[in-house]
Amino acid sequence: MSSTFNRRHVGQAASPEEYGGRRRAAPLRVPPPLALSERPSQPLPGPSDWTFDLIERYHAVIRGTAARFGLDTYPNQLEIITAEQMMDAYASVGMPVNYRHWSYGKEFISTEKNYRRGQMGLAYEIVINSNPCISYLMEENTMAMQALVIAHAAYGHNSFFKGNYLFRMWTDASSIIDYLVYAKNYVAACEERHGVDAVELLLDSCHALMNYGVDRYRRPSKLSLTQELDRAKDREAYAQQQVNEIWRTLPPRLDKDTAEKDEALRFPVEPQENLLYFIEKNAPLLEPWQREIVRIVRKVAQYFYPQRQTQVMNEGWATFWHHHLLNTLYDDGHLEDGIMIECLKSHTNVVFQPPVGHPAYSGMNPYALGFAMYTDIKRICEAPTDEDRYWFPDMAGRDWLETLDHAMRNFKDESFIGQYLSPRVMRNFRLFSIVDDEKDPTLEVSAIHDEAGYRTLREAMSRQYDLGSREPNIQVWSVNLRGDRSLMLRHTQDNNRPLHNNAHEVLKHVTRLWGFPVHMESVDGGGDVARRWTVDPAGA
Amino acid sequence: MQQIIDRRLAGKNKSIGNRERFLRRHKEQIRDAVKRAVEGRGIRDIAQGEDIHIPRRTISEPVFGHGQGGRREMVHPGNKDFVRGDRIERPQGGGSDGSGSGQASDSGEGDDDFVFHLTKEEFMQVFFEDLALPNLIRTTLADTPEFKTHRAGFSSDGTPNNLHVVRSMRGAIGRRIALGSESRRELARLEEHLLRLRGESDTPARRHEIEALERDIEALRARIARIPYLDPIDLRYRSRVRTPVPTAKAVMFCLMDVSGSMDEARKDLAKRFFILLYLFLTRHYEKIDIVFIRHHTQAQEVDEHDFFHATETGGTVVSSALVLMEEVIRARYPRGEWNIYGAQASDGDNWHDDSPRCRELLQNNILPLCRYFAYIQVVEQEQNLWYEYAALAQESETFAMRKASEIDQIYPVFRDLFRKEGVAA
Repeated sequence: MSSTFNRRHVGQAASPEEYGGRRRAAPLRVPPPLALSERPSQPLPGPSDWTFDLIERYHAVIRGTAARFGLDTYPNQLEIITAEQMMDAYASVGMPVNYRHWSYGKEFISTEKNYRRGQMGLAYEIVINSNPCISYLMEENTMAMQALVIAHAAYGHNSFFKGNYLFRMWTDASSIIDYLVYAKNYVAACEERHGVDAVELLLDSCHALMNYGVDRYRRPSKLSLTQELDRAKDREAYAQQQVNEIWRTLPPRLDKDTAEKDEALRFPVEPQENLLYFIEKNAPLLEPWQREIVRIVRKVAQYFYPQRQTQVMNEGWATFWHHHLLNTLYDDGHLEDGIMIECLKSHTNVVFQPPVGHPAYSGMNPYALGFAMYTDIKRICEAPTDEDRYWFPDMAGRDWLETLDHAMRNFKDESFIGQYLSPRVMRNFRLFSIVDDEKDPTLEVSAIHDEAGYRTLREAMSRQYDLGSREPNIQVWSVNLRGDRSLMLRHTQDNNRPLHNNAHEVLKHVTRLWGFPVHMESVDGGGDVARRWTVDPAGA
Repeated sequence: MQQIIDRRLAGKNKSIGNRERFLRRHKEQIRDAVKRAVEGRGIRDIAQGEDIHIPRRTISEPVFGHGQGGRREMVHPGNKDFVRGDRIERPQGGGSDGSGSGQASDSGEGDDDFVFHLTKEEFMQVFFEDLALPNLIRTTLADTPEFKTHRAGFSSDGTPNNLHVVRSMRGAIGRRIALGSESRRELARLEEHLLRLRGESDTPARRHEIEALERDIEALRARIARIPYLDPIDLRYRSRVRTPVPTAKAVMFCLMDVSGSMDEARKDLAKRFFILLYLFLTRHYEKIDIVFIRHHTQAQEVDEHDFFHATETGGTVVSSALVLMEEVIRARYPRGEWNIYGAQASDGDNWHDDSPRCRELLQNNILPLCRYFAYIQVVEQEQNLWYEYAALAQESETFAMRKASEIDQIYPVFRDLFRKEGVAA
C-alpha cells in the first residue's frame, strides 16, 4: 500500500505528531459525561436481528464515544462473514489470505468438527492488524453482539495495534496484506514449478522452526510489494554468493598457529538466535526459491511475534474498552436495556476465570486477567487506598485515561504484569504459585496472595509470560567449516529444564534445511553438556 | 473512511485447497480406512462418508518445547486453602506439559487419534481411485441419438420466436445509411446550389434552372423516402444448433443364481459385487436402471428385495437368465440409447449341457449389445461353466471374469476388474 509513509525504511524524520516522535498531539483527559442537550431523545432500536443500517448507526455512536476518549485507531473496515468463512479465517491463522499448507487444512477440519458437534463456539470476532483495520462480524451474531464486537475489535484491538510499541516496532500494518498475497502467489508458483511435495516438505521444516525465525532486537527492513518483487531476484543472487564461504575449497595456509586459525574461522562469529534467518542466508544446499520460502515463513513469524507477547495486554485492553464504551453508551442513553444486558452477559462469559481444579481450567484466561488489571489501574487512579498509594505512588490520583494509555503503549505482557499486577487483583484471583522441582519429591506452594507473597507472585507471573523462558533457548553455535560442514546448535537450559522428546524430530527438520549433519547440545546451569543429539541428512 | 462490507457471498471454502493438501498427505491412512469401511460396513450405507482415524503422532507438527524435569514455577488462580510452604503430592501422569506450549487437548477425545469426517464425495473418490469403466470410448456419436440444443450465433432465417430484435434493427439502420448516403449527398449539394441561385437576381433563365433543381430535389427526397425502414434482409434470428451428446443413461443387469447351492454367504458376496458396480456406474451416468434377474432352472425378473432375499431351490440352468436378459434388452433398452452393463454372479454350478449354450448366447447375442459384462464366481472350484467362460474371456474384450470366495476379496477383485490401464491394483 503506502510504503512512502514508512519512514523507518525511507529514513524520514519522525513527525512530532506521531508517537514515534515520543510525543502525543494532545494530552488525554477523561471526557466529562455527555451534557443533557447532547443526549439522544430515545435509545437506538434494539432488535435481536441486525441490519446494515443498524450496524451503521451503532458504529457511528461507538465511533463518537471512542473519539471522546481519544482512542487512536487505524481506519476501520467492518466485514460481514458467515460461520463457514469464519472457520476459513480461523484455519489460516486469522489472515484473509495465506499460502496453502496441509496444517491449515488440519486446523480447518478440527475447527469444523468441533463446531459442528457444538463442542466449541466460534470466536465472535477476528480482527486483523492491517491498515485499514479489518474486523470480521459473523452473520449469526445478534445486534447486541455486533455492537460488542465493534467496540471490542474495531476500537479496542485496533487502538492497541496502532499504539503498542511492539506492534509499532515489528509490524507494518499497511503492507501485511500485500505481503501475504505475494507469499501466496510465490508459494503457488513454486508448487507448480517444483512440485507440491517439495514445497510441502520445505514448509513443514520451516514451520517447525517458526518460533526461532524472529528477530528480537532489530527491526527487519520492510518493503512494499513492488519493491519486494524487485529485490527478490537480487536477493537470490546475493544469497547464493554468501553460501560460498562454506563451499570455499582453497587450502588453508599452514604456517599459522592452529589455535589462532580455529579462532579466526569460527562461523558464525557470534551465536545466532534467529535460526531461520541463519539458514536462509547460510544453508549451503538450498535453492534460491527455497531461501525465499524460508524468508516468507520468517516474515510471517515476525509479524505474529508481537501478538504472542501481548496476549493479556491486547485482549485485556479490548475487553476493557468494549466494557467501558458500552457502559458509557448506556449511560448516555444510546442503548436499550435488553441490548445492554445481552452485552453484559457475553462480557461476563468472556472474563470468566475458572479456578484451578475446575473442569474448564486451562491456565489463566488472558481476557480475565487483562481486564482485571486495566480495571484496577483505573480504580487505583480514581479511588486509591493506602495499599495502592504504597504500591503505586505515581499512579494514585492521576488521570486514569492517561495512565492506562501509557500502560498500553509501552509494555508487553511480561513487563506489564511485572509493573501493574496489583495486590488487589492477586487477591481477587486468589493467585498462588507452585514450584515444581524434579529434585523434590513433592510440589511446594511458594507464595500465595498475602503480604509476604505479592512480590514473589508477581515475579513468577511475569516470568510465566516471558517468551524467553516459555520457549527453550536454542541458538546456532557454530558451523564446522573445515570438516563435514555440520551445524552445531546449543540449547541453554532454563532452570535445568530439559527439552521435550520431539527435539529429535525438529532436528530432522533442521537437517533437511541445512543439508549436512546437525548436532545439538543441551547445556545445563552448571555449563556442562547434559545431552547431545546428532542427525545425519541420510536419516532425516 | 468507515465502511461495512458484506463478504458473505464472496467465496466460502477458501480452505478447500488446504483440506485437499491434508487429504493428500494422509492418503495412505485414508485409503486403508476406506478399505476397512468397505469390508466392514453394511451394503446399504456404503455410499456414505466415513470417519477417518489418523494417529495423532503422524500429524503432529513438532516444535522445540520444554519437557518434564528441571525447576519451574507456575501461578494458578483459585487458591482454596493453601498457605505458603505447603507441600503437595506431584500429580501422576505428567500434569501440565510445559508452560502453555500448544493447546491442551482441543477435543473431547483426548490424545489418541485425530478423527475427521470424509465426505461422501471424497469417500467415493478414494474408493474408486484409479478405476475406470472399460470401453467408455465406444460411446461414440454414431449410436447416440440424444441431442442438446444450444446457441450458436445468429442466422438470417429462422422462426419468429427466435427473432433477435436488436440485431435486426441494427442491421436495418446500417442498410438505411448505406442505401441513402449517395442520394443524401446529392440532395445536400443540390439544396446548397438552389440556395445560391435564389440569392442571385431573378431572370427567366435562373427561374427555369431553379424549377429544374426543385424537381430533382423532389425526386431525390422521394427516393430517400422509398428506402424501407425494415426490410426482410435485415432480420436476424438466434441460431440454435442441435449437437449430439453421448447418452448418459445406463442399465445394469444383475444376474444371479438362486439355486439351492447358493447359500446366504454366497449371495452376500454377489450382492457386494453388484453394489460396487452400481456405485461405480453412478459416478459415470446420470440415470441408471437396474434389472434384477434371478434364475434356477427358470429365470425371472424380480425386484431388489426378492432378488436378494427370496429363497428357491432346484437345479440350475444359467442360459435361462441370459435369454431373459436379451429379451429385456430388445424390449426395453434399445442399444442406441442405453449403455448396457451386465454382471453375473454364480457358484459355477450349471446343468452340464447348458454351459456351451451360455457361452454361445453371450458371444453372439449379448456381448455385442453390452458395454461390459462381468462374471464373478463365488466359489473356488472350477466347473464347466468356468471353463467355457474362460475360453470366451480369451476372445472377448468386453467380457471379464474373476473368482472371489471371501468377503475381503470382493473389493480387490472389483478393483482388478476395473483397473485403469497401467495402474497397479
